[in-house]
Amino acid sequence: MSTSVKSASPPPGIEEPSGAVARPAPRSGWRRALRRDWQLYSLAVLPLLFFLVFRYLPMIGNVIAFRRFEPGGSMFGEDWVGLRYVRMFLSDPTFWQVFRNTLWLGGLTLVFCFPIPIVLALLLNEVRRRSLKRFVQSVSYLPHFLSIVIVAGLTLQMLATDGPVNHALGRLGHDEIRFIQEPGWFRTIYVGSEIWQTAGWGTILYLAALTTIDEDLYEAARIDGANRWRQIWHVTLPGIRPTMVTLLILNVGTFMAVGFEKVLLLYNPLTYPTADVISTYVYRAGVESNSFSYAAAIGLFEAVIGLVLITTANTLSRRTVGTSLW
Amino acid sequence: MVKPSRSYRVFQGVNGVILTLVVLVTLYPFVNILARSFSGERQIRAGEVALWPKGFNLTTYRIVFQDSMFWRNYGNTVFYTVVSTVVAMVLTTCYAYVLSKKHLRGRGLLVGIAVFTMFFTGGLIPNYLLVTHLGLKNSVWAIALPNAISVFNLLVMKAFFESLPTELEEAAQIDGLSTYGILLRIVLPLSKAVVATMVLFYTVSFWNSWFSAFLYMDHSDLMPVTVYLRNLIAGATGGGNAGAGTAELSQVGASIQAVTIVLTALPIICVYPFVQRFFVSGVMLGAVKG
Repeated sequence: MSTSVKSASPPPGIEEPSGAVARPAPRSGWRRALRRDWQLYSLAVLPLLFFLVFRYLPMIGNVIAFRRFEPGGSMFGEDWVGLRYVRMFLSDPTFWQVFRNTLWLGGLTLVFCFPIPIVLALLLNEVRRRSLKRFVQSVSYLPHFLSIVIVAGLTLQMLATDGPVNHALGRLGHDEIRFIQEPGWFRTIYVGSEIWQTAGWGTILYLAALTTIDEDLYEAARIDGANRWRQIWHVTLPGIRPTMVTLLILNVGTFMAVGFEKVLLLYNPLTYPTADVISTYVYRAGVESNSFSYAAAIGLFEAVIGLVLITTANTLSRRTVGTSLW
Repeated sequence: MVKPSRSYRVFQGVNGVILTLVVLVTLYPFVNILARSFSGERQIRAGEVALWPKGFNLTTYRIVFQDSMFWRNYGNTVFYTVVSTVVAMVLTTCYAYVLSKKHLRGRGLLVGIAVFTMFFTGGLIPNYLLVTHLGLKNSVWAIALPNAISVFNLLVMKAFFESLPTELEEAAQIDGLSTYGILLRIVLPLSKAVVATMVLFYTVSFWNSWFSAFLYMDHSDLMPVTVYLRNLIAGATGGGNAGAGTAELSQVGASIQAVTIVLTALPIICVYPFVQRFFVSGVMLGAVKG
């Protein structure tokens, strides 16, 4: 059954998988697998190269946070400097400001952007006319498909001094507000545009979960005398709980990585006091000011916190509600 | 079926109102920007433009259409999107096909290599240094290569390949087709639906992307149209020009922004009705199998 193989030596690049097997026995098994499936393995060579170069090399590249970087030198830096850059950012007041801003924006996003799709899905689920339901859904997905640049552009246009929001305020007799220039407004603007962009899309998984709930459960609840509200409370919500928990864990995991691109597009030096987050600070310190090691140290710190958060959330939810990502 | 109670009927009414509001709030910015793009500048400034153009004119469209940089950047977007999507499709299809072979030795490891990158990534600075050191700056490869495989798309495609009947491939093997032949002549023709979906996923994401180009392209004539738009926005809102003298200038910027937003969003809005269903089913497939 085995396909004929002309050369005994395997093509380059496919020793990769075998290297990670520690057990001594299956050496010959690997040889047989290579002889039989070398064509399949050869298809994996380029994708593996992609992962190694563009995903794993940057992970290793983080060592630059502990090494001195020379312009024009190696991307891994020149010599070890230990925790010098970590100490530097820990004593940097700007770092603590962007850290606080990150927690604020991340927290607000979690509080508003996590529950709204659930509520929206429950409301949509109560709509009887299918055409109406489909129409509302289609419209609410729309912002998700647009470039974040367009979303930012729309947000800024709506809130401009000559934009619709200010004209509505004017008609109500209110002075115009320079939303874009005022630090006090940034969090509201950010979270508001995030809701506008993601709420509809977020309902997809919940609506899918809702369709899998057994009709008999509602029947039984009705026989037990439960009204609509009680049915939602005792049947619908428990039914979508696994989905809720999974998405909550994912949201907690991306807590620190609050919309880097959106902040970069919406903020300006006047709103830095509330808008500047860790990732935008990393961008400015690294790419704009060429302090690569310093910026990499902050970025690594952010990534580690993110990893700790998602692991903690996952463990907690496995212990308490029995649902987890892994 | 019990007759709906009175309170439930009230709820239905309230629900309808809420959902109508959701639709209005979602659509209003689009309608408004469209109206602005056709309106006179004086009317925009006076706040007369809400749902319908006031002082209808095409001047701003003419200004944008005559801007050679706009067209060059628009062309760049098309070029970057096509090249990146082709690279992404080739790599994703190859790897997804390999991963779908359950008998393959080391398959678990190959899956793990991909999935791990969903949870941990290198970060902005190491990525920037890597692309710079590889000499990819100012070329389409700086956009195409670092984003060549989306693990999410990979898993969707793998799930689809796994669902194909194995008998067909076995028969083809007995008939003497090589693995490459099976992939090209048996599997891909059977996978038109998932291939089309993946092409859509990648095309939309590359069309919409801006940050890679913003990072790695040094000249404005290499930028995609998203960065062109970003520069318009940044120019009109930067904190530096809050002075009174720039009111006129930022006003001109506002109507040009409206036109540029409309033209950049147009291709996506046009394919949206067709794209949407694919995306929704793709997301659900990915969520179930991922």
